[in-house]
Amino acid sequence: MLQMVVCVKQVPDTAEVRINPRTNTLVRAGVPAILNPYDAHAVEAAVQLKEKYGGQVTALSMGPPQAEEVLRRALGMGADRAILLSDRAFAGSDTLATSYILAAAIRAIDRETPVDLVFCGKQAIDGDTAQVGPGIAARLGFTQLTYVMAIDGVDLEKRQIQVQRKLEDKREVIRGRLPALLTVVKDLNELRYASLPALIRAARATITTWSKDDLDLDPASIGLKGSPTSVRRIFAPPARPGGELIPGEPRQAAAILVAKLVQTKIIADK
Amino acid sequence: MAGEPAPVSWELLGAGRQLAGALKVELAGVLLGQGVEGLANEAWAYGADRVYLVEDPVLGPYRTAPYARALVELVQRYRPEILLLGATSMGRDLSGAVATALGTGLTADCTALNIDPATRLLEQTRPAFGGNVMATILCQRHRPQMATVRPRVMPLPPRQEGRQGELVRVGIDLKEEEALATVLEVIEEKGKAVYLDRAEIVVAGGRGLGSRENLRLLEELAGVLGGTLGASRAAVEAGWLPPEYQVGQTGITVRPKVYFAIGISGAIQHLVGMQNADVIVAINKDPEAPIFKVATYGIVGDFLEVVPALTEEFRRQLAARST
Repeated sequence: MLQMVVCVKQVPDTAEVRINPRTNTLVRAGVPAILNPYDAHAVEAAVQLKEKYGGQVTALSMGPPQAEEVLRRALGMGADRAILLSDRAFAGSDTLATSYILAAAIRAIDRETPVDLVFCGKQAIDGDTAQVGPGIAARLGFTQLTYVMAIDGVDLEKRQIQVQRKLEDKREVIRGRLPALLTVVKDLNELRYASLPALIRAARATITTWSKDDLDLDPASIGLKGSPTSVRRIFAPPARPGGELIPGEPRQAAAILVAKLVQTKIIADK
Repeated sequence: MAGEPAPVSWELLGAGRQLAGALKVELAGVLLGQGVEGLANEAWAYGADRVYLVEDPVLGPYRTAPYARALVELVQRYRPEILLLGATSMGRDLSGAVATALGTGLTADCTALNIDPATRLLEQTRPAFGGNVMATILCQRHRPQMATVRPRVMPLPPRQEGRQGELVRVGIDLKEEEALATVLEVIEEKGKAVYLDRAEIVVAGGRGLGSRENLRLLEELAGVLGGTLGASRAAVEAGWLPPEYQVGQTGITVRPKVYFAIGISGAIQHLVGMQNADVIVAINKDPEAPIFKVATYGIVGDFLEVVPALTEEFRRQLAARST
């Protein structure tokens, strides 16, 4: 039996976020909110382990009330229950404050039934920081295993998990002690389609909401106050000055371009 | 650690040198591992004034817990204002754990680092929302100010042969049983796109290629130039090239001398990964494609004709020069 928690985040579909060049503010209106793609693979990984070893999967998210949607998606994929951490006092939390709040929630779950595994996506596509997973592991003192691309197995008796981590130019096979926190990459698994009964169950499920008062939290460590980093300004990415279009038929254009590159010795003979 | 130092370490020394100059403070490097003392010479050559060296068998293979503990202890002892790490998978794994243990701010994947002369604060600029937005982040009241920088974002500083500095050996009481994990095997997956981030010439294809078969034309061009293939997210998602070839916000950052963008429209998330190229060549049949806004040279046309013509021309002109 494995007690597992999966951290999921509702994110804007980043391909559609823009800066208003006049006001230098984010234009988020009409941008669809989705389950962070890496987190979907984290849910799938936990559900697969439950199918193999038995246990329970809790989906956990911090966000505004509408973040319920991504928790229902996790339920549809096979999570057993969902908890939403939602409170105005959480707003403005950076990665340090966020990992503090999520860790406090995992501790609360751990008091009911000891948690063996926590899963996160390798990063969220809106911030791309990859910091919250390691932050939670550090706070809980769990074994930290990032960029997991394969789970070889869990030894419940020895309290160990063996995984493969995806690094730049290598794959690492590593065995870690439980409890452990895994951040996962997309290679780990193929997502399943939620079945109709699962979707209906997910739509009808009750989602538990915890506010700051349900958790053991220091008010100075949450929200803006608990966040060491602040945004000084946001702006549209600077444009690289454009160059010249080379006209002509393909052969002509190719000859001109090659001559330019070869003459300037940008491309030289080896 | 075991193996080679990541070149981003030297790039960070270049960036750190400038920050230290602006603050009029010293620049130190940190070496953690086993049998790594020799690398201190490299750190000095690339600009470090001082090197903190922790050598311990527990630091042989990289594991988060002992590396984090060693770095946290060093920070607590020597109290740097700024701590920079490379945004490799290892660097990200470590920086998140260390910043949390220190209770300080951490800014990932910075593309620019500057000192505000009035406040002496580190201005950390990074892309967010897939590169559609740039943000400048401050860490005002906590120290150190921590930032990671991706490989190839900062230039490699010139190597000053024979430059010497101070070596500070630090002993930290590390225990194997506190490492929490055992590395059983490391499988090299070299070849292919491994050196993409260090390639001098990248020939990259996007959705416009239309099929996996058409990659052959790019391979031929790359072959003549000794270049490496790259891909946009669309080409990876179409399954034409594996993810390790992906250039962009969710892929690799490259800084080649020449970047060929072939059939790549130029979505911002791609541009953030290649706009530091010295020369960008765009080939696209859509004259309105945003890639032309950043390209040094553009050819509007069908890549099926343009690319083979380029390959042939390079072959001809390079041969002419070498005779």
